Amino acid sequence: MNRLDLVDRASLRDDIPEFAPGDTLKVHVRVIEGSRERVQVFQGAVIRRQGGGLQETFTVRKVSFGVGVERTFPVHTPTIAKIEVITRGDVRRAKLYYLRDRVGKSAKIKEKRDR
Amino acid sequence: MNESIHVNNQHEAVMASKGILGLKLGMTQVWDAEGRMVPVTVIEAGPCRVVQMKTPERDGYSAVQLSFGETKASRLNKPKLGHLALADAPPSRTLVELRVDDLSGFEVGMVIKADVFASGEKVDATGLSKGRGFSGAMQRHNFSGQNATHGNNKKHRSPGSVGACATPSRVFKGKKMAGQWGNTRVTTLNLTVVEGDSERNLILVKGAVPGATGGLVFLRNAVKADVK
Repeated sequence: MNRLDLVDRASLRDDIPEFAPGDTLKVHVRVIEGSRERVQVFQGAVIRRQGGGLQETFTVRKVSFGVGVERTFPVHTPTIAKIEVITRGDVRRAKLYYLRDRVGKSAKIKEKRDR
Repeated sequence: MNESIHVNNQHEAVMASKGILGLKLGMTQVWDAEGRMVPVTVIEAGPCRVVQMKTPERDGYSAVQLSFGETKASRLNKPKLGHLALADAPPSRTLVELRVDDLSGFEVGMVIKADVFASGEKVDATGLSKGRGFSGAMQRHNFSGQNATHGNNKKHRSPGSVGACATPSRVFKGKKMAGQWGNTRVTTLNLTVVEGDSERNLILVKGAVPGATGGLVFLRNAVKADVK
């Protein structure tokens, strides 16, 4: 598979910050409207990271006007202009699907405290 | 083929004008200009050498014979070594003919590299499909099988009825049944080339290509491209 990794390397991005499930992110997404291009910000909590290499994706969840919205992005997609890590979350699992059943205070993620 | 079908399909079969041999390395993905994901098969293609020209005068048809890959000279017999030496080609086990109309663009000893196909070109990919051995009708043709219960006895995966009774009192040809599945020569038509890189000897083709990883793949320009 080494030869395939060489092909993948050209598409991999090295400007993506480290982040994990539970973190709150600001994802700056490039949106093309007709001939114009603008950047849209999607802010929310990372509830999963799955896959590896070029195929890796992550899902960001936010509650917008009382409705839960989840968006899944490939980590290495060129449509992401920038990723900002706002807070580091202190969570005990890799997939935070339990957030979907919770509203209000119980849906909050504890912030990670530095050692 | 029937003439009317020919017209309806808007297809005009033409003969290929170029081709290349390669090994399938596997599948991955790349991003296109709009940032969309494109699934690609990576083929380690070429360099191939034109070893022989088949001419209508001598052979009754026109084609070019291509060699691909390198092997130890001791693994080939003398006639084959001599045949390759005429074209100044390295010892190679793989020889494939490409039927072409026009031989003028080829000469013996010519090297064909992965850049014969530019991005956006349509190609046909031929390979040996993965062999699944003798498979039942459920695996091979997606039949549903029979009941698990309701009095069924030893007929859970059988294909069921294979035809009518005294008329026609035979089973029609081509009836889907159990049998050898795969390990046959399969051609996928009209695949799009994403990239042809002669430096790394790689061709990226959009979509899947017949055969297992490491298998031999033969690419030629599409012979049934849509006539617009």
